Amino acid sequence: MTAALRFDPIRLPPECERLRKEVRAFLAEEIAAGTFDPNKPNRDDTDAPEFSRRVGAKGWLGMTWPKKYGGQERSFLERYVVTEEMRVANAPTRRFFVADRQSGPVLLKYAPEHVKMDILPRICRGELCFAIGMSEPNSGSDLFAAKTRATKTDGGYLINGSKIWTSSAHIADYMIAIFRTSPPTKENRRHGLTQFLVKMKQPGIQVNPIGQITGQYEFNEVVFTDYFVPDDHVLGEIDGAWKQATSELAYERSGPERFLETYYVLTELVRAVGDKPDTRSAEGIGRLVAQLHTMRRMSVSVAGMLQAGKEPVVEASIVKDIGTVWEQQLPHRVRDLAAFVEETASNRETLEKQLEFAIRTAPKLTIQGGTTEVLRGIIARGLGLR
Amino acid sequence: MAESENIVVETAEKIFADLADAQTINSDKTGSWKAPLWQALSEAGLPLAWVPDDLGGSGASLAEGFGVLNAAGRFAIAVPLAETMLAGWLLAQAKIASPDGEMTVIPGSPKDRITLNADGSLSGRARGVPFAKAAKHVAVLAHGNNGGISIALVDAAKGRIEAGLNVGYDNSDTVTLDKVEPITIKPAPKGFDQATLMLMGGVVRSLQIAGALEAMLDISVRYSNERVAFEKKISKFQAVQHNLARLAGESAAALAAATSAADAIANATSFDDAVYLEAASAKIRCAEAAEKGGAIAHQVHGAIGFTIEHILHRYSLRALAWRDDFGSESHWAVELGKRVAARGADELWPLVASR
Repeated sequence: MTAALRFDPIRLPPECERLRKEVRAFLAEEIAAGTFDPNKPNRDDTDAPEFSRRVGAKGWLGMTWPKKYGGQERSFLERYVVTEEMRVANAPTRRFFVADRQSGPVLLKYAPEHVKMDILPRICRGELCFAIGMSEPNSGSDLFAAKTRATKTDGGYLINGSKIWTSSAHIADYMIAIFRTSPPTKENRRHGLTQFLVKMKQPGIQVNPIGQITGQYEFNEVVFTDYFVPDDHVLGEIDGAWKQATSELAYERSGPERFLETYYVLTELVRAVGDKPDTRSAEGIGRLVAQLHTMRRMSVSVAGMLQAGKEPVVEASIVKDIGTVWEQQLPHRVRDLAAFVEETASNRETLEKQLEFAIRTAPKLTIQGGTTEVLRGIIARGLGLR
Repeated sequence: MAESENIVVETAEKIFADLADAQTINSDKTGSWKAPLWQALSEAGLPLAWVPDDLGGSGASLAEGFGVLNAAGRFAIAVPLAETMLAGWLLAQAKIASPDGEMTVIPGSPKDRITLNADGSLSGRARGVPFAKAAKHVAVLAHGNNGGISIALVDAAKGRIEAGLNVGYDNSDTVTLDKVEPITIKPAPKGFDQATLMLMGGVVRSLQIAGALEAMLDISVRYSNERVAFEKKISKFQAVQHNLARLAGESAAALAAATSAADAIANATSFDDAVYLEAASAKIRCAEAAEKGGAIAHQVHGAIGFTIEHILHRYSLRALAWRDDFGSESHWAVELGKRVAARGADELWPLVASR
């Protein structure tokens, strides 16, 4: 066989189910206390610093990391459960999500020890928000076209240029960014980029909010003007960021957040059709549930492979491709199925409001964190086509 | 996959590779490949893999049998292996011993119903029964007039069989029983009903579809790396690459759904809501994948894949045909949707997350 894709039927171990109960109880308390409304994914301010600290206090941030950095040394499958329960509840995870999923693991792998000791425990406590500085005004999916320069100077680097579409940069304490330290070579156009840890909220960094079609302001332009980054904030090999990017992508691409972003409209649809749906509604819901269940099983399978120390890059890309296309179509399918729901359905207004927001959100889902086109290119490479 | 599971599956794969080569079968107009294949499978104990030793079978585990059927899908096996395994499994539920030779199962659709008459005979019509024409015996699930479910072994010659073909050109026949005396009949275990049989049959078909999609992905990738058009291999065109990436996604989804459902059944003590979700989802998602994935495989192959000489149709049409057996995806979607609605909106996520 050309392509030995593996999706073993991995089950979450018993400790995950105990943890799931704890997370649900915690979220129920937070909802009861008014921290957030699970029916309102479109709240104006998704930043919740106090909530972030309480999640940290539970030990649910950096939970797979070594204890000496504030982690819990728990499994990726346990982290998976926390992530999916938070997502399904529409909990305000913006402040900690990127640090926990992506930035922390990069620091663990590439940062000097004293930097790790300084920053990782604070991520675990829910005190730090991270942004990711990848895209630039003229380099989005083509990551290796990045031009923002890091010029060597005494004890560090001076950064000049800008990043764009940077989620949470307006609230972030740190950013992990790639900057150009050398020009690309003829043999390797990916050469010459270096990964840096950047402290935000400093002179030399200007964050300009960019309005989104949902009405929110979650992403930004970040302009660097002679901004100084010390040598010990270089992450990994100088000019070699391209070697470091790929293995983390499996974590970023296969999680439950890659198919659950618009899940809330499915819950409300089930509520709206009632306990005895007509054939059309029943069939529509049945298909959506079958598709959802299948993606989750694929996603859990990838999480299990990651836990086992494998690097299922192609499988992870497949999960994100199928998952994001699904969550993008979901609001439209729910809208179709809700077309004949009784005017008197008790949650009609909630569903309509949610659909409005989900339909406005949908276009970004197949763009953020690696477009469908990029993913399919990676899958094609895995199949031996390029 | 456990070590022993590998051995059973590897045995099956070796027989398939030796005696069920797609190209050889496709060129053989006489059907002379069938008898040696069936004989080898029988000698290896595979058709009665799910029948315990004391009931005449080889006593393999459910997981091993599921692995064999996934492999059978990869080879688009067109002898009643899956049907005989399912029949043996059904009979074993009622502790009825399995005879040698090909078997099939009725009903093969949730819409049909066989009745156990007061005099102990069986009546009813079952449509779309796979390989009934080739079967020597039929395992029957029958409804008594008191609502009880019985399982029976019937001599195929006692029923009236009208031969038909499914979309994949395999026999899909109508079997009519008119007061037929069963060879053996026993009550089904408590809680076992027609839906249980349909879910099990649906998972069997899901595994076969997933296998066929794996094969379609494999031959499509290979073909795209050989075929030259516009002065380059068609695998170098981004449009073709992206189509194949989508086929890989459909193949992956089918494999994940089918093997998850098989694992759920292999480890279940009853067919509860969770197993229902797994099995129904597998049939729904695999059927969708058969449509989407098969279309891409054909698109990549162009006209050559539309010829009877090419092997692609052995996989693509069978995968489409298998959608219809033991309840179509539409049937299962309605049933699953009704269950989800009856449980209520706030119980949906807990159900999904329980798997």
